[in-house]
Amino acid sequence: MTAQTMDSTAIAAAEAPSAGPKRRTYWSAVFERLRRDPVTIGCAVIILIIMLAAIFAPLIAPHDPYKTSMLNRLAAVGTPGHLLGTDELGRDMLSRLIYGGRVSLFTAIVPVIGALILGGTLGIVAGFLGGRVNMIIMRTMDVFYAFPSILLAIAISGALGAGVLNAVISLTLIFMPPICRVAETVTTQVRNLDFIAAARATPASTGRILRVHVLGNVLGPILIYASSLVSVSIIIASGLSFLGLGVSPPEADWGLMLNTLRQSIYVAPVNAALPGVLIFITGFCFNLMSDGLRSAMDVKL
Amino acid sequence: MSVICFALVHIGPGDPLSTLLPEDAPQEVVDRLKAEYGLDKPLVVQYVLWLGKALTGDFGISIVTSRSVLGEVLPALVNSLILAVGGAMLGFIVGMILGGLAGYFHGRPADRVFTGMAITGVSVPHYWLAIVLVIIFSVELQWLPSLGMNMSGATDFTFTIENFRHMVLPVIALSVIPAGIVTRTVRGAVAELLNQEFVEALRSKGMNERQILRHVAKNAAPQVMAVMGLQLGYLLGGSILIETVFAWPGTGLLLNNAIFSRDIPLLQGTILILALIFVALNLLIDVAQATVDPRIKR
Repeated sequence: MTAQTMDSTAIAAAEAPSAGPKRRTYWSAVFERLRRDPVTIGCAVIILIIMLAAIFAPLIAPHDPYKTSMLNRLAAVGTPGHLLGTDELGRDMLSRLIYGGRVSLFTAIVPVIGALILGGTLGIVAGFLGGRVNMIIMRTMDVFYAFPSILLAIAISGALGAGVLNAVISLTLIFMPPICRVAETVTTQVRNLDFIAAARATPASTGRILRVHVLGNVLGPILIYASSLVSVSIIIASGLSFLGLGVSPPEADWGLMLNTLRQSIYVAPVNAALPGVLIFITGFCFNLMSDGLRSAMDVKL
Repeated sequence: MSVICFALVHIGPGDPLSTLLPEDAPQEVVDRLKAEYGLDKPLVVQYVLWLGKALTGDFGISIVTSRSVLGEVLPALVNSLILAVGGAMLGFIVGMILGGLAGYFHGRPADRVFTGMAITGVSVPHYWLAIVLVIIFSVELQWLPSLGMNMSGATDFTFTIENFRHMVLPVIALSVIPAGIVTRTVRGAVAELLNQEFVEALRSKGMNERQILRHVAKNAAPQVMAVMGLQLGYLLGGSILIETVFAWPGTGLLLNNAIFSRDIPLLQGTILILALIFVALNLLIDVAQATVDPRIKR
């Protein structure tokens, strides 16, 4: 967070507890900046389309994603009736990709939200209370840093066994420490500012200070950081299922489709590459959107 | 750290011995095997025994292959290291060039192009890129091999053209993410440094751009080195997906096999050794940073 925003929000919070007009100008400035950023808006629209397609999959998908057809295996992209061709068992690729988005997006977004809640809470508590509590929480988190995150995710998933829920658990666990660290850093910075001391001088309770004064100032940076993890999450989540640690067939997400179609690269290379294109587009858009939000909110991590 | 390695593999379902024995094996055989592998003792005792041995370099015996874990891991580690270092070098060089240019032309079209490339690099699922590379260079053009380390199936790396040809695609696939991340870091560092007063002072002293860039590079080094070190560690541990795609006989492939055959000693040993290297690498970066930047002292 730059000194400038820190000051303006800090002043806003310190000057008037209701902080109405000042805060509104900050947020309207953010929206104003976002509106003038076509890249971020474009990415948001693409992600929205992919999400809506996944949510309303049964209404949109042209075929049954599980219906196999031995006669129609690995039809090329553009085959009449099968816009994106068929897979190695003759199932419609487009329908499977739309349905696959459900699991892929779920395993990409839910872990980040879970880690945001767990890691964010722990980090804010550690930062706000400081002292021994801080030490215990942060040292525990440090242990996770001894492993490269993908390795840890694969190890946890491998230990728990294949499955969507286990993949979500392992991803939540690997995203928790970094979010906790960011939350702790930001909270410690805010806690030492003058307006918190001023709030302490008033009869405000610790809970109220935490809720009103601290949370309002730390939530932005933490959310921005978490949003930058979604693109990492979709790549690792699809990677887990690519290794066979995610959904079990016949259900499929993009990672597993990529894996099963890998055997067919000599026959239908375009079909085999398609699921990865979606992982890439989704990750790319989440990345750009997170960057756009970051600059619009003027947050520096 | 060792506790996590140990706990990891014990929380999972599935009896490790069930993969070895037939369903109808008599109870006494099961018991004897359990005793042989020390699986009959309580978990805490198993942990202490395992840690004590691990400290002396004895990570036990792989349940599936009956070879020592260390003997399985070390050759694989060498293979992984070759890939990781190759990928890191390519990624770092590309990242430093692109990042340096982007930072130097901060805010101009060139910056936007290189930053866009960096974001693309970070967002590409590298296992998918690996498949796309195989499709292009092995299937369509038939320039490069797609699987393994060499034609004979041997797993020892030798400095032959054949081995290097097998390395090309995995190394490119691995280098994309570090290239993107290093580009971002270098760009940020260079752009920030060029804005500082000392650069102005150097300019007014009459220094040319090349000399100024050398000063900037020196100041950006510690930060960039920290990121590079971390990336090398990630490559070493995270190459499991790439090694699976290319059937490269490294630690990633070893881990993959260990997970699916529930080979507990092998799994524990591999993860612990990788984690140890990762920690050692981090320590090395700290030392290197302190040498480059005398302000960093502990």
